[in-house]
Amino acid sequence: MLHPTPILKESPSQTAGPYVHIGMTPNFCDITGVCDVDLGATMLTPDTKGERITVSGRVFDGSGAPVADAVLEIWQADADGVFVSPPTRNSNSVPAFTGWGRQPTQSDGSFTFETIKPGRVDGPDGRPMAPHISLWIVARGINIGLQTRLYFADEAEANQGDFVLNKIMDPRRRETLIARKEAGPVPRYVLDIHLQGERETVFFDI
Amino acid sequence: MSGIILPGADGALYPRNRDWHPPADTPGYKSTTFRAPKHALLSLGGTASELTGPTFGHSSLNPLDNDLIRNYSQDGSEAIGQRLIVYGQVLDENARPVPNTLVEYWQANAGGRYRHKKEGYLAALDPNFGGFGRSLTDENGFYHFRTVKPGAYPWPNGGNDWRPAHIHFSVFGHAFAQRLITQMYFEGDPMIWQCPIVGTISDKAAIDQLTARLDRHNTTPMDALCYRFDIVLRGRRSTMFENKPEGN
Repeated sequence: MLHPTPILKESPSQTAGPYVHIGMTPNFCDITGVCDVDLGATMLTPDTKGERITVSGRVFDGSGAPVADAVLEIWQADADGVFVSPPTRNSNSVPAFTGWGRQPTQSDGSFTFETIKPGRVDGPDGRPMAPHISLWIVARGINIGLQTRLYFADEAEANQGDFVLNKIMDPRRRETLIARKEAGPVPRYVLDIHLQGERETVFFDI
Repeated sequence: MSGIILPGADGALYPRNRDWHPPADTPGYKSTTFRAPKHALLSLGGTASELTGPTFGHSSLNPLDNDLIRNYSQDGSEAIGQRLIVYGQVLDENARPVPNTLVEYWQANAGGRYRHKKEGYLAALDPNFGGFGRSLTDENGFYHFRTVKPGAYPWPNGGNDWRPAHIHFSVFGHAFAQRLITQMYFEGDPMIWQCPIVGTISDKAAIDQLTARLDRHNTTPMDALCYRFDIVLRGRRSTMFENKPEGN
């Protein structure tokens, strides 16, 4: 059965507002006792396979000020390039890796995710995309969630053939999606997000 | 069990109608001035990364998560305010229910005050009201929760701007590209039409879609008024996931 045109219209977006933490990271804003931990705060379990990495950065607005009241979500494949299968409704099993994380930005606009390096996933052209993490950003002053991706600087060859990166004609803009690597016992990949301005991040209409 | 790998454009979402949504830059809502991207968005279509998404089981929820009247109670008493049941159906653009998806909601208390350190309104905090809850939709896409009606409140934007009573909603769907945050308003509230954040939406019919209807039929006698608020997420162009037990 095909639905050539939608029957209903999507509910229009509204800003997450300045109090987004109440609903999405309640413990972070001192609303304790309702839920034990903020959803998405931890992505890893002891059983998670793959290379541990830290993904971090800061979010800036068009005036260069840090965005201190944003919430970021990430979604990624596991180390084998597979997206975690949905648990069933009544399942109490915890997947070894959820693939999904959520973090608020701090007063300096910074965010940090402890995760694993994702494997490669096939793109629409049937060829593997470069390893990447999908990002979604909401905050006061953002009327509709911003979608982008994080790629890895040490995957230069894969990045060159990536289906999405190659849609970005200006190589300077392509760089806004590529996180630099800082070596360490747990490698850190750093990507700053600029909502506006000279170094504005490439955002997607998906 | 393997993950979901989507070939080609099969199962892609309908393109987002950006005219129906608010644009990024809306001068009447001043916070957008430095936070609105200026470049055109890059059209991506969808890849497996956006057409899959996180899902949540009941193990993520606590029994009182959908009861804002009691879930933050410090001394055993209930939150102060006009008692409400808010319910609705999460659908996709094909009018198909979206089952087993997480719906999160947050709001000010009955006086219009948020429990948040950034909040500057004089109205008093209610010690027994946190303002946060969540539900998983049932097999027919329905959610419901119990709360008190949030108050209107002033905010620093223009000289004397007030938000109409509203509840914030965050909905996941089953694809990361369906992710949506919106706000629910109350039928008949004259404050709706004076609000710069509501005013970021240009089409009156779109604003109407965010306005919950008073549902007298489901009102609980001597207890709670009832409002219905349906939420529509993006739909897929084809139904290739028809056989999936979890729906799409």
